[in-house]
Amino acid sequence: MTQLWDFSGGIHPAENKHQSTSRPITGAGLPEVLVLPLQQHIGEPAEACVAVGDRVLKGQKIADVTGGMGVPVHAPTSGTIESVSLQPVPHPSGMSDWCITLKPDGKDEWAPLNPVTNYRDLDRETVLERIRDAGISGMGGAGFPTNIKLRPPRDRKVNTLILNGAECEPYITADDMSMRENAGEIIAGLRIMAWVLRPERVVIGIEDNKPEAISALRKAAEGTQTEIAVIPTKYPSGGEKQLIQILTGMEVPSGGIPADIGVMCQNVGTAIAVSAAIHRGEPLISRVTTVTGDAVTDPGNFEVLIGTSIDYLLAQAGPEQNKLHRLVLGGPMMGYTLETPAIPVVKTTNCVIAATATELPDPAPEQPCIRCSMCAEACPMELLPQQLFWYSKSGELDKVEHLNLFDCIECGACSYVCPSSIPLVQYYRAAKGEIRVQQAEQLKADRARERFEARQARLEREQQEKEQRRKERAKAAAEAQAKKQAEAEKAEAEGQPADDRAAKATLVQEALARKKAKAQQQAETKAGASETSASSEPTPDIDALEKQLAQATAKLNTMQSMLEDARAENADNVEKLERAVTKNHDRVKRAEEALAEARQSVAATDTQPTDS
Amino acid sequence: MALAQQSSPHARNARSTSQVMLWVILAALPGLLALTLFFGWGNLINVVWCIAVALAAEAAILKLRKRPVAFFLRDNTAAVTGLLLGLSLPQFAPWWVSAVAVIAAIVMAKQLYGGLGSNPFNPAMVGYALVLISFPVAMTTNWAQPGLLWESAPGFGDTLGMIASGQQTAVDAFTMATPLDEYKHKITTHTAAEVLAHPTFGDGVARGWEWVNAAFLVGGLVLVGLKIITWHIPVSMLAGLSLMSLAFGSNADLYAPLAMHLLAGGTMLGAFFIATDPVSAASSHQGKLIYGAGIGILIYLIRTWGAYPDAVAFSVLLMNFAVPFIDHYTPPRTYGHHKPRRGIPGKGQG
Repeated sequence: MTQLWDFSGGIHPAENKHQSTSRPITGAGLPEVLVLPLQQHIGEPAEACVAVGDRVLKGQKIADVTGGMGVPVHAPTSGTIESVSLQPVPHPSGMSDWCITLKPDGKDEWAPLNPVTNYRDLDRETVLERIRDAGISGMGGAGFPTNIKLRPPRDRKVNTLILNGAECEPYITADDMSMRENAGEIIAGLRIMAWVLRPERVVIGIEDNKPEAISALRKAAEGTQTEIAVIPTKYPSGGEKQLIQILTGMEVPSGGIPADIGVMCQNVGTAIAVSAAIHRGEPLISRVTTVTGDAVTDPGNFEVLIGTSIDYLLAQAGPEQNKLHRLVLGGPMMGYTLETPAIPVVKTTNCVIAATATELPDPAPEQPCIRCSMCAEACPMELLPQQLFWYSKSGELDKVEHLNLFDCIECGACSYVCPSSIPLVQYYRAAKGEIRVQQAEQLKADRARERFEARQARLEREQQEKEQRRKERAKAAAEAQAKKQAEAEKAEAEGQPADDRAAKATLVQEALARKKAKAQQQAETKAGASETSASSEPTPDIDALEKQLAQATAKLNTMQSMLEDARAENADNVEKLERAVTKNHDRVKRAEEALAEARQSVAATDTQPTDS
Repeated sequence: MALAQQSSPHARNARSTSQVMLWVILAALPGLLALTLFFGWGNLINVVWCIAVALAAEAAILKLRKRPVAFFLRDNTAAVTGLLLGLSLPQFAPWWVSAVAVIAAIVMAKQLYGGLGSNPFNPAMVGYALVLISFPVAMTTNWAQPGLLWESAPGFGDTLGMIASGQQTAVDAFTMATPLDEYKHKITTHTAAEVLAHPTFGDGVARGWEWVNAAFLVGGLVLVGLKIITWHIPVSMLAGLSLMSLAFGSNADLYAPLAMHLLAGGTMLGAFFIATDPVSAASSHQGKLIYGAGIGILIYLIRTWGAYPDAVAFSVLLMNFAVPFIDHYTPPRTYGHHKPRRGIPGKGQG
């Protein structure tokens, strides 16, 4: 007998499972059209790898994930690709997403399959790759790619592999019926997963309200190491964290994954899909879905092709449209209502409840919380639902987080027991959403601040570097100055003029002389260049030129005397004046040259006629 | 027809607040029956009168507060407040004492704090404490002497007449000090045997009261069985009271014995019906244990060394003060966490 532990809280809602277990699983048939969402798993959406108008075969890959996490999508039957378009998909928000529409041709013609005769001869990576290529993601609810789950981090050895056959939520019997009718395949799939993971313990957890399934599994597991653990019926025993607690006594750390404590849970449907993928080479193209509720006359379980519309599925169970009040996808505790039945069954669709108004009545108006703590008694995570409710309602999000809101698994037990019919889970979802938005905004703000601070730091650094360079330059200049002064002193000692100003003045004079020489050179080349053109010009006015020269010379003299004064006073504008003097020097020079030229040309003109 | 859009869970338990309160009322009926059998019609008349006043006061104040009257009256909480006061007040308490207690409970302690779910103090006990302090004579001299209904107690008409007359004190012949009162005041000058000779004690622990307490115990156990209350507060309260009595009051010649503490007075009514009022009690298991134990200890302290013979009301009110504090420091350890997150975010560990 397997040792079992209990989890705190939990409830015993009316099971309502017998309605859908009275008849065996039947095929739902081939609908007119199949709509296959490109994202039926957690991760990146798949991309269509077929074109509109292509004929595809049953089991042919029609979309795949090329970069990042995800699994491919396969054609559930042979037919023609009609479109790749946005269509409503199963989601609480009723949103649309990209889907491939497949028009079946009725031939149901398989693509060539590639089964493995003995997977033990392959290496584990190859088996995992095959599981991925078969498009298998967790069929229990979240849809996490199975191949990735089966490859836990290297430092997380899985000691216990759990197959979750608890199926604790009312109404749903898909796993129950699969276990009854398909126990051999479940064990086969479980053995493949066990071979991949090499755990010490393989255990199937199953609630004691499924005696037929228990005996079928016991029979199928004979001769294997697999334990069949029959656990007490209590919602939510099938919650991953709760089932782990029941079977191992351990708790998954908050924010962690089961592999952190050496445990992994897999779903019954996933085990069947893995077995089909390896032993028969068949990809995941159908699943077992429960159709139940008082608004169908013939409730039961169906083997449904992925992509079949809920509408079509309901039609197989004898819907009574006039009685249908609420259409729930999933169970009555955690499922969500649909606005329209025109959405497709996907890999995670385990149940459709067509409920009447008496069966799942509209909730009574919310009354004030009387702090009865029945919610806390029911909470399987040992949270304080009423405190979470107050703080969610009053928007005190720091307190909500402090009270571990994010450990809430949204099982609905608190809302179920609340005598004041407060939709507690709804408050928590809203608070979680608000916190996520705030965190995203905070992240954005943090990044912006980081960017700003980085920029500030860079500007400051640049400023400092600039300052540093300036200082270095100044230092070098001072050193040079000191050196020159030392030379000057030396020179003075040798009897030359030598106070600071005089030294400077000599330096300036030298520089001026250099510049003058340079300017002269330039002017000469210029004059040389202009010589040829000057000859064709009209005779220059020698008087005007003489006047110009006189003006320029006068100006130069004034400038020079100003410069002398400035130097004497050591004024700021010395440099400026020096430039001005140089400029004027050039001007005088040019004027002189121009005059000389003019005189020459006049002389030439005068002599020319005699020459000719 | 448009499909209903609801957030999960879709399935709901049928038990509503009004049903919870109805169960509380039903579970108190054995106690009321025992009170009537041993102390006459007084409590029954008080209960009816108090419930009537409670409903009227609740309706009036809801109207003033512009709240839906019928919606809130249907939750039965005002009726429970009235019931608890009717069960706790002296059998021959004049009508206006009861009315003052009920109005204080409903209007001041409950509605002025925001109505159902918002009151920090147990409304019934606020009303009780108010009249106990304000009208000490009426609250101590109007206890019926024990005796089987069909033997010695005054008839229905006489009882109604006494209550309706509005006299501060009822006819002396019908009244008697309560066992706790008698013991407390006589034991200082008498031995236990001498004190117990008084007819109020009878042959058992306390004549009549032992049956009343037993009946409330049975009703309380029904509530625990129905998971309307948990065992934590009653058990810790009775344990706190018992431990105090065993530790300090084992000498019957000085202090009332343990059996009297448990079976005389309002102990069981307090433990199962009053201290367990969810609105004003601590919420976590650990918190409930502390809260209940605190009430038990205070009951003993006040009964033994305080001025009042019984102390359920004061003890409950004093512990009501401590509830927010207790709640902050006694959260449960959440699944997957090493330890509980105590205190307020930002103060202490985050």
